Amino acid sequence: MFCEKAMELVRELHRAPEGQLPAFNEDGLRQVLEEMKALYEQNQSDVNEVKSGGRSDLIPTIKFRHCSLLRNRRCAVAYLYDRLLRIRALRWEYGSVLPNALRFHMSAEEVEWFNHYKKSLATYMRSLGGDEGLDITQDMKPPKSLYIEHFLPRWKCEQLVRQGVLEHVLS
Amino acid sequence: MTEELDHTGQDSDADSEEVVLTPAELIEKLEQAWMNEKFAPELLESKSEIVECVMEQLDHMEENLRRAKKGDLKVSIHRMEMERIRYVLSSYLRCRLMKIEKFFPHILEKEKTSGEGELSSLSPEELVFAKQYMANTETYLKNVALKHMPPNLQVVDLLRSAVPKPDLDSYVFLRVKERQENILVEPETDEQRDYVIDLEEGSQHLIRYKTIAPLVASGAVQLI
Repeated sequence: MFCEKAMELVRELHRAPEGQLPAFNEDGLRQVLEEMKALYEQNQSDVNEVKSGGRSDLIPTIKFRHCSLLRNRRCAVAYLYDRLLRIRALRWEYGSVLPNALRFHMSAEEVEWFNHYKKSLATYMRSLGGDEGLDITQDMKPPKSLYIEHFLPRWKCEQLVRQGVLEHVLS
Repeated sequence: MTEELDHTGQDSDADSEEVVLTPAELIEKLEQAWMNEKFAPELLESKSEIVECVMEQLDHMEENLRRAKKGDLKVSIHRMEMERIRYVLSSYLRCRLMKIEKFFPHILEKEKTSGEGELSSLSPEELVFAKQYMANTETYLKNVALKHMPPNLQVVDLLRSAVPKPDLDSYVFLRVKERQENILVEPETDEQRDYVIDLEEGSQHLIRYKTIAPLVASGAVQLI
C-alpha cells in the first residue's frame, strides 16, 4: 500500500521516548521521496489521458494518488520537524557541545540546523543587557538552599536566628 | 539596599510618566509577569522594561557585594536573594522563548499584521530570534525534503500544517486583583447558553483563558 514507508518513519519516532533521538533514517526518507516521484509521474500521465483521451474513469485513481502524495508529505515533514524539536531540546539538556553518541544520530543538515540554533540563542542571550547578557540555560532549577550552612560563632547568629533570618542547621 | 530605582514609562513621547519603583516592587512585578507567562497558553505582552530594570538591579547587587566586607553575613543573604531573582528572571525568559519556538509561524504572522499602536508580544531581540528560528527551520525543510518533492507540493504553509496554535480554551487558575463586572462567559457546548459573571476582588477562579485574556493583559487578574 502507498505511504507505508512514511508511516514507518512516524512510528519510529512515536516509539522513541521523549529526549531520545534515534539515528536519522536517511534511507527511509529517500524511499518516501521516491514513492512521491513515482506517484506524481503516474498522475501526470493519467491526467494527460483524461485531457486528451477523455478517460474520466481515471479520475478517482488520480485523486487517490494525490491524497497519498499529501500524506507522504505530511508524514515526512512531521518526521523531520519532530526530530528538530528533539534536537533543540538537546541544547537545553546538554549545553552547546553535544555528546558524540547523539551527534552520530544526526544528519549533516540537522547538525547545521543545530549550529544555527545555538548561534541564534547565544545572540539573544547576549542581548539581554549587562556586559555579557544573561545565560538563561543556567539556573534551570530554583535555588535549593534556603539555608546556608555556615560555621559561625553562635553569638553572631543568635539575633538573626531569633529574627527568623537564619536557621540553626544541625548536621 | 533600599535605594529607589528610576523607571521611565514605556512610551517615548514627551509627556511619558516616570514611575519610581522600589526594588521590592520591581521584583514583585517580575514575579507576577513570570507566573502569568507560565500559566497562560499563549505568549503574553513583552515586558522589556521589567527585564531591563531587573538586570540593572542584579548589577547593582553584584556591585554592592563586591564592596562589602568579606565574611559578612549580609553577603550570603544577598547572594541568596540574587540567585533567587536570577532564577525567576531566567525562568521567565525561558518560558517566553519556548512559546515563541512552539508557535512561531502564528506569532510572526501576528507581528506582521499588528497595527502601530498595538503593544508587541515580542521584544526586538525576541523578534530577531523568532525570525531566525523560522528561516532556519524553513531552509532546513526545503533542502532536506521539499525541494525533492513534486513541483506542486514544494510549498508547505507552515502556518496551517506543521505547527499547532495555542489552545486559548485551556483552563487557568486566577486571582482577581481588581473587581470586574459583567464578564461574558461563552458556552462550550451547543446546549449551554452564555452567561455573565462578576469577579470579586480577592476571589479565585478556574476559568477558560480566552474569557479573561484581556484582564491578564491589563493586570486586573493574576494567573496562579
